[in-house]
Amino acid sequence: MTKEKIRVLIAKPGLDGHDRGAKVVARALRDAGMEIIYTGLRQTPEMIAEAALQEDVDVVGMSILSGAHMAQVPRVIELLQANGMGDAKVFVGGIIPDEDIPVLKEKGVSAVFGPGTSTILIGKIIREAVLGE
Amino acid sequence: MSKEATGAKRLAEGILQGGRRELAKLITRVENANPAARLALAELYPHTGRAHIVGVTGSPGCGKSTLVNEIVKQLRAAGETVGVVAVDPTSPFSGGALLGDRIRMRDLAGDAGVFIRSMASRGSLGGLARATADVVRLLDAAGFDFVLVETVGAGQAEVDIAKAAHTTIVVQAPGMGDDIQAIKAGILEIADIFVVNKADRPGAENTRKALEMMQRLGDGGNGQERHHSRPLGSGHEAAVELPPSAMRPPRPGWEVPILLTVGIEGVGTVEVIDAIRAHVAHLHDSGELQVREAARVEAELAMMLREALLADLLNKMPAEQIDVMLARVVAREIDPYTAVDHLVKAGVNGNESG
Ligand SMILES: Nc1nc2c(ncn2[C@@H]2O[C@H](COP(=O)(O)OP(=O)(O)O)[C@@H](O)[C@H]2O)c(=O)[nH]1
Ligand SMILES: [Mg+2]
Repeated sequence: MTKEKIRVLIAKPGLDGHDRGAKVVARALRDAGMEIIYTGLRQTPEMIAEAALQEDVDVVGMSILSGAHMAQVPRVIELLQANGMGDAKVFVGGIIPDEDIPVLKEKGVSAVFGPGTSTILIGKIIREAVLGE
Repeated sequence: MSKEATGAKRLAEGILQGGRRELAKLITRVENANPAARLALAELYPHTGRAHIVGVTGSPGCGKSTLVNEIVKQLRAAGETVGVVAVDPTSPFSGGALLGDRIRMRDLAGDAGVFIRSMASRGSLGGLARATADVVRLLDAAGFDFVLVETVGAGQAEVDIAKAAHTTIVVQAPGMGDDIQAIKAGILEIADIFVVNKADRPGAENTRKALEMMQRLGDGGNGQERHHSRPLGSGHEAAVELPPSAMRPPRPGWEVPILLTVGIEGVGTVEVIDAIRAHVAHLHDSGELQVREAARVEAELAMMLREALLADLLNKMPAEQIDVMLARVVAREIDPYTAVDHLVKAGVNGNESG
């Protein structure tokens, strides 16, 4: 019987065109044995929630550098709850001011990864969150 | 009924009512070879057989996802609903996978008439072909008019997947080693439609010519009509010069088209849709659809039967006897044929007494 795999959607909401960080994380998580669905740039919250549903992912990771996190992230979580994907763990990476982190967590974000967070640590935190360890 | 079985049944019912969440969840169970998925598949089987299944295969980077995006857009414009399965390889080192096909399919986002699922190839080749066929069946049961399956390359797994498709599109691109030497003989067997993508790049015309030449070679060896019109023996001689895999199986009444496209600009994709529709019509009118379906079911049943019988027999074979036989064969006390005879007998006898 095939072992169940952790499936992760990695998306870049907002208008900034830098997806280097997102790609680095995507590759690191693949190397940690996860299946990564990479959706590319300029994703709207609607696109992210719908892709998460179709791909039946355990995790939605968003990389945001543009400062749009306070508008985009809570909206994605709302849509995930509305389409039955409320169980998916949501992670945010990128440049997020310290004072926004508790607010995002309050809205349902599992963890926020600032620039320079080790990809090994990201993989470990995601695995623990999904497997409930 | 177990809790898992009840859950699978509920998911199957949800799919028939158009539930996308249920569809996505059941696909995951199929991918994980969850035993409950079998019950759901059994439940849904009577509702399958309606979708037209199109396979799209070719080397990595030749533009398959870009073309799928264009094909789906046009089918949608014609009012057809479409399910997409995009298969990418699993990393043999980590067991993980990076599935990037959705990047090229962003035009399809937000359309309730489209459902896209990325799939990692995971374990064995046979396993992939079966899981893919089952996922296609789920999309079929969910009521999509077309199901597109994107796979990489033309290895055994792709050939098996192609056999499950009604129409197989083989995509080639210039400058990717898709020239006469590199074009794998196997693709002639599976292609119903050839697409030379990246026609904006130099060398597209050469790729087209190479395909045309291979087609002609294949026809010379195996083309039915020509074979009949020749004096006895000459068709046979031509056939000897070619390896069997280079020969196209006869597709009576269907001329495999070679189409040039520029996927990123949507150039030539109307012709691809026209070719798909012509092939659908051909399959229906010629009776070829039933022939292919019967062959597919036969191959599928034979494979499943083989696996089930083998698993059953291995189960019934006393493990210590296998070890003993192994040791005796190694010690040259007994030959492998005799050892296998003994073991099979032991397995079958175990069956009778148990
Ligand atoms: N020049 C050119 N590039 C193309 C064309 N079609 C696709 N591409 C590019 O080729 C790359 C691979 O395309 P993709 O659809 O992902 O290929 P796949 O791996 O076969 O699915 C992408 O960068 C596309 O933008 C085309 O017709 N011409
Ligand atoms: Mg692709």
